[in-house]
Amino acid sequence: MTGTPRAPWPLAAAGLVIAFLALLPLLYLVIRAFGAEASAAAFLLRPRTAGIVTGTVGLALLVGAGTVGLGVPVAWLTSRTDIPGRRTWAVLTAIPLAIPSYVVGFAFLAFFGPRGTLQSILAPLGVDRMPSIGGLLGAALVLTLVSYPYVSLATRAALLRTDPAIEESAQLLGDRGLSVFRRVTLPALVPAIAAGALLAILYALSDFGAVSLLQFDSLSRAIYLQYGASFDRSLAAVLALILVVLTLTLTWGERRLRSRAASYSSRSRRPPTVVVLGRWRWPAVAFLTVVSGLALVLPVGTIAWWLVRGVNQGEPLRLVVDVAMGSFVMGGVAAFAAVGLASIVALISARHRSRLSGFVETATYAGYALPGIVVALAIVFLATRTLPFAYQTLGLLVVAYAVRFTPQAIGSIRSGLEQAGRGIEEAGRSLGDGPVGAFFRLTLPALRPAIVAGGALVFLTVVKELPLALLLAPIGFETLATEIWDAASSGFYARAAGPAALLLVISVGTVAALLRAEERAR
Amino acid sequence: MRSLFRTVVLVVASVCLAAACGTGSASPSPSGSSVTGTSGDALASVLTIYSGRSKELVGPLIDRFKAATGHDVRVDYAGTTDLASTILEEGDASPADVFFAQDAGALGAVAAEGRLARLPQATLGLIDPRFRADDGTWVGVSGRARVVVYDTRVLSEADLPSTIDAFTDPQWKGRIGWAPTNASFQSFVTAYRLLKGDGAAKAWLEGIQANQPKVYDGNDAVLAATAAGEIEVGFVNHYYLIRQQIEQGDDFPVANHFLPGGDPGALVNVAGAGILTTARNPTAAQAFIDFLLSTEGQSYFATETSEYPLIDGVPADPALPPLTEIQSPAIDLSDLSDLEGTLKLLQESGVL
Repeated sequence: MTGTPRAPWPLAAAGLVIAFLALLPLLYLVIRAFGAEASAAAFLLRPRTAGIVTGTVGLALLVGAGTVGLGVPVAWLTSRTDIPGRRTWAVLTAIPLAIPSYVVGFAFLAFFGPRGTLQSILAPLGVDRMPSIGGLLGAALVLTLVSYPYVSLATRAALLRTDPAIEESAQLLGDRGLSVFRRVTLPALVPAIAAGALLAILYALSDFGAVSLLQFDSLSRAIYLQYGASFDRSLAAVLALILVVLTLTLTWGERRLRSRAASYSSRSRRPPTVVVLGRWRWPAVAFLTVVSGLALVLPVGTIAWWLVRGVNQGEPLRLVVDVAMGSFVMGGVAAFAAVGLASIVALISARHRSRLSGFVETATYAGYALPGIVVALAIVFLATRTLPFAYQTLGLLVVAYAVRFTPQAIGSIRSGLEQAGRGIEEAGRSLGDGPVGAFFRLTLPALRPAIVAGGALVFLTVVKELPLALLLAPIGFETLATEIWDAASSGFYARAAGPAALLLVISVGTVAALLRAEERAR
Repeated sequence: MRSLFRTVVLVVASVCLAAACGTGSASPSPSGSSVTGTSGDALASVLTIYSGRSKELVGPLIDRFKAATGHDVRVDYAGTTDLASTILEEGDASPADVFFAQDAGALGAVAAEGRLARLPQATLGLIDPRFRADDGTWVGVSGRARVVVYDTRVLSEADLPSTIDAFTDPQWKGRIGWAPTNASFQSFVTAYRLLKGDGAAKAWLEGIQANQPKVYDGNDAVLAATAAGEIEVGFVNHYYLIRQQIEQGDDFPVANHFLPGGDPGALVNVAGAGILTTARNPTAAQAFIDFLLSTEGQSYFATETSEYPLIDGVPADPALPPLTEIQSPAIDLSDLSDLEGTLKLLQESGVL
């Protein structure tokens, strides 16, 4: 991207408004952090705090490596090869995104725990204890399994968009198989991989469910602890600001990677060449089976197990269809709004790269890794003081969701814009279209898969989101996530299974529709 | 080009606005309860409860209250500590009338910032002074005992010691699970400090710490880990096990062990409620608290949540040892307000 023009003022203004909204939770944190007592400094300087920060960085690195290591092969296998059941695999490998991390954590504990299901299977072989699965590695594994789809979905979209002509040229010039992938395909994928990995890492940093079950001390867990144990909002705010600094560093790193990466704009509507796996097809199937087995079958099996045991004990099967509708509508509206905001940021970022675009983009990510409770309390604090009439209304909740989850849609829409390029729009205009007509007739259709993909990520996240739904929804409004939480937090797992099953159904449907739209757009 | 972008921005912005307004006014209400904006007058006739106890546990009780009194009620269910933080952040703008909390500590934290009003003597008089606030800002409504849960596949009742101190013995190394961030656990530590002094409490924490306990974030996680064999014993409240037995059947491989002799490990905690100073509907709020303390309300806790009723004459679940038989230490729960001191101790001993 060279010589990008300055953003026209309405676009720049809209971008600044979005940045302002996204930075509001940080404003709250700063206000609260100033209330901290002098003892806060001593607290922060304890060796333990340093340990928590180091551990959190370690978690980020492991999840980053893990999600790329799983996500890129998954994306390639499900988009470019003749693997048997390719489309089914594409859906199955994307669904873990919709499973709340604490469900996966529970499933891991119940299955791989020292006396879990696996031990009872192995007992005849003389195994009476399995090693403990808690700590950094366990938490990183679980979080990798719930968040690798961020990488695989983004990479898959980029692979489907790549112009086959470039790879073919490389082959004509004598490059073969893996070498083409490494030297030609991969560099073009770097922006998508980096954007996906950033989302996955930030998700892991904000997570509370898995780290708490697997007893790993991350910053988010330490923040929860301050609220939960001592009601110390100031110390919590100080810790949260450390998390913001970490987030900004990661976002900056991702921007650097992206700015150095290759970018080919694709004008081809030709599907990419399909790689014939040959005798590698069965190892490939085995790989996808293991990934889906751990990330999907295990947690879904756990939910089913709760359900079966509960029904056997006389628990009624609860399918709260009306609540599911509420979740569905809420997720849809929030996704729609987030896509709108993300399009503005993506337009500025892809077509008007400048200091302004850097600021707007970074600002939208700044609070993304904050645990939900921090964002929820920030909105409680600000809304009761400035917008009391909007407090605990669906309108405010939707705006909160849209702003919070905008980053999930930015990456895909931005890469879509970059690959679509401006050429076709300008060609359309030279043939007599007006600027608006050219954009809607030519650019928008090309962008559709990117928009749908971004919107689907937001949808899946909103449907399972908890703290905002609990504290900011109108009193009495329920979602599937709040239903699951309500039952599971009191120890009633069988009762949680009904809504959890519905959450899965909605998510599977969404993912399947998304992937079909993506392939049809080719 | 300029007008192109202006149009795009306008379209996107208006779509977002329409979407936001659309949901705002359409107000889908899947649960069938009323979902309206928080406009001032409408609230005067509605009782708003912030419940840190889940709908699963207390929803049916609140429905009975509605049916019995005809009051219009709306309930915000969330975690007790999240709701306490929310009330503190809302300040005078809080829409809540009643705070129904999982533990005394959260009620104390909200009361300490002047958010809870004093309850009438008639209400306070119903409850043993041990189980209510000294300043009358909240009452306990149901009791829960601290217990040691153990894995029945590897341990029997006879293997378990009769004091919580005994778990500092090296033979328990790697076998213990606890939830030091849990409010009930922290109340227990505060009780320990009151009974035996800070020095002894610190020694106990360090002793357990030396046994490398596994750390969990809640009682339910400790129980799940016991069932999964991650740990052999865990320090939790009595009713988590009862609920799992209801769902999973009696072959669930975990049992409760009640410590005798007034041991701090047998402390009885309460879930309780208070009325906000900013309540818009204090009359209905008082009616709700009265209902919780009525025979009907108390029997509900005994039979439905496996907790202990706190009013004389209402018996506990027959599967549990009666409250009077639990040799709980003689401690006043509002004396357990020094959470800060406990947290300091937990931090000094490296537990938190």
